[in-house]
Amino acid sequence: MNAVISTAGLGKRYRRRWALTDCTLDVPAGKVVGLVGPNGAGKTTLLSMAVGMLAPTTGTIEVLGGRPASGPEQLAKVGYVAQDTPTYTGLTVDEHLRLGAALNPRWDDAVARDRIRRLGVDPAQRAGRLSGGQRAQLALTLGIAKRPELLVLDEPVASLDPLARREFLQDLMEAVAEHEMSVVLSSHLVSDLERVCDHLIVLVDSRVQVAGDIDDLLATHHRLTGPRRDPETLPADQQVISASHTDRQSTLLVRTEAPVLDPAWSVDQLGLEDLVLAYMSGARDVARDERPAFEVLS
Amino acid sequence: MIWLTWRQFRVNALVVYAALLAVVAALALTGPHLADVYDQSASTFLDWIATRRLDQSLYVVGTVGGFVVPALIGAFWGAPMIARELEAGTHRLAWSQTVTRDRWLATKLGLGLVGASTAGAVLGLATTWWAHPVDKAVGARTDSDVSSIFQVARLSPQLFASRGVAPIGYAALAFVIGVLAGAVIRRTVPAMAVTLAAYVVIQIVMPNFVRPHLATPVDTSTKIAAGSIHGIMGRGPDGPIERIDVGSAHPGAWVLTNQTVDANGATVHSFGKWVTDCLGPPPGTDKGSQTDAAQKQACYDRLASEGYRQHLSYQPAGSYWALQWRETGVLLAGAALLCGACFWRVRRLS
Repeated sequence: MNAVISTAGLGKRYRRRWALTDCTLDVPAGKVVGLVGPNGAGKTTLLSMAVGMLAPTTGTIEVLGGRPASGPEQLAKVGYVAQDTPTYTGLTVDEHLRLGAALNPRWDDAVARDRIRRLGVDPAQRAGRLSGGQRAQLALTLGIAKRPELLVLDEPVASLDPLARREFLQDLMEAVAEHEMSVVLSSHLVSDLERVCDHLIVLVDSRVQVAGDIDDLLATHHRLTGPRRDPETLPADQQVISASHTDRQSTLLVRTEAPVLDPAWSVDQLGLEDLVLAYMSGARDVARDERPAFEVLS
Repeated sequence: MIWLTWRQFRVNALVVYAALLAVVAALALTGPHLADVYDQSASTFLDWIATRRLDQSLYVVGTVGGFVVPALIGAFWGAPMIARELEAGTHRLAWSQTVTRDRWLATKLGLGLVGASTAGAVLGLATTWWAHPVDKAVGARTDSDVSSIFQVARLSPQLFASRGVAPIGYAALAFVIGVLAGAVIRRTVPAMAVTLAAYVVIQIVMPNFVRPHLATPVDTSTKIAAGSIHGIMGRGPDGPIERIDVGSAHPGAWVLTNQTVDANGATVHSFGKWVTDCLGPPPGTDKGSQTDAAQKQACYDRLASEGYRQHLSYQPAGSYWALQWRETGVLLAGAALLCGACFWRVRRLS
């Protein structure tokens, strides 16, 4: 697989706390990849290391075949829209474009100006007086007009209202269609990612729980409902992600390449959100099982 | 990168330069008149200027400015330069452009250092030019009384750091201290406070522990002769006398040590009560002057016969520019060292 980001045993420690431990993953090229996980899963830490804001404590990370931020050539290849989309409050929109043009050899001024015009933002306006959505759009404009091979966005829509969120993601999709680039986008909201991504990586506690193209993920995961049954008795090619039982009924979430043939089950398609939540809570249950079981009876 | 750095820095820079410009203009307007008056009558120049309120104020402003401007540069140019970016998170925007952190920092430091050194040079040299007649007059004085600011030699700690080229070094060092404090503390206001504190420490350490050793001082050991005693210090009116000060006969010099040694060469920390006689009766008391003169002479004779000598160590007036350049060199070397620390720190920031 052709990977834009490739990590092996990657870890980062802040003083005594590990924000990411032993993370090994590959992000495929030429796709819009969603990185999803609960707060504290290490998404921001991982992306910060990918763009060279942070240096790893352990392990290795390779981005587009090079070490992150190792030099101007590497920096030119990677665009980054940081969390909370920082901009210089005292500088005008126009001055932001000017700084982008001055600091990036591959800067595409036509694209930048065109985007600002379409947003309807006055170029003479100071960035500090823009709305949250406009500020995010400005940061995205800087990222896109830099013409990177890989654009990394860390929770770009987290602080936006639903309308601004939709517009931002729509703009992002248009830009991706227009300029060929790989995109990695993190969020803890699956609904944001479902709209724009074609590949998903679920990260919980530094571990990749599941990764794959969204179409494949949806095609291979099923919810099975039927009479109560021990999950151990399922065919070997059906991997149980989560299981819940009442006295008479079992509901299983399984992953399988083959169709489910057992007539005892009623088989449902699964939404992406349910799928991701199943993996996230599955990972949490594993963590819980590792602790002494005090609540056996409940 | 230069454009962005200048764009962020220009308001701070212009405020300081506007204030400097006002001071320099005032000095330029009044300076030629001072020089004229000095040329006409050098001997009465100091008495004349003591009556000029405006010139006195300018002299004080120039001197105080020489101390204050580097502090302001450190706190208001240096400290926010990185700390404000870290506070606002804009460093992540800057570092994701096609610019390495080293280049980003080098531009900031470079522009700031040029601005700081220029400000220091303008202020230091303008004040030096303006005060040149004063310095000449002070340097020509023979008595060492210091009762007004116009009697302080330019080599003394009160004036040294705000004149000549020293402000260049102080401004540059204060600026880099500010940048480093901002990069380490990551918050603007605490970084400003730390910068000011560090600057005050440097202003105490330099004259007390560094400057005296930048040039070899002149050491003299002389007999304590009639009339040379400048003061006697004791503990309380009836306590033991601990020190004798002898007036320096070297105009414009900076006296480092002024202490009495006994016949064995050891520093004397306690004298007999009799040495008060050397000073004669305190002014205002009514005593026969004949007997006092005899008493005084007896006192000096006794000092000489018991082997007391006065040890003076001083930097002569002629060492002024050597000390100026060396001190500036020391400060700039310190600034260069801290620049290195800034690069080290910024590479580790996130």
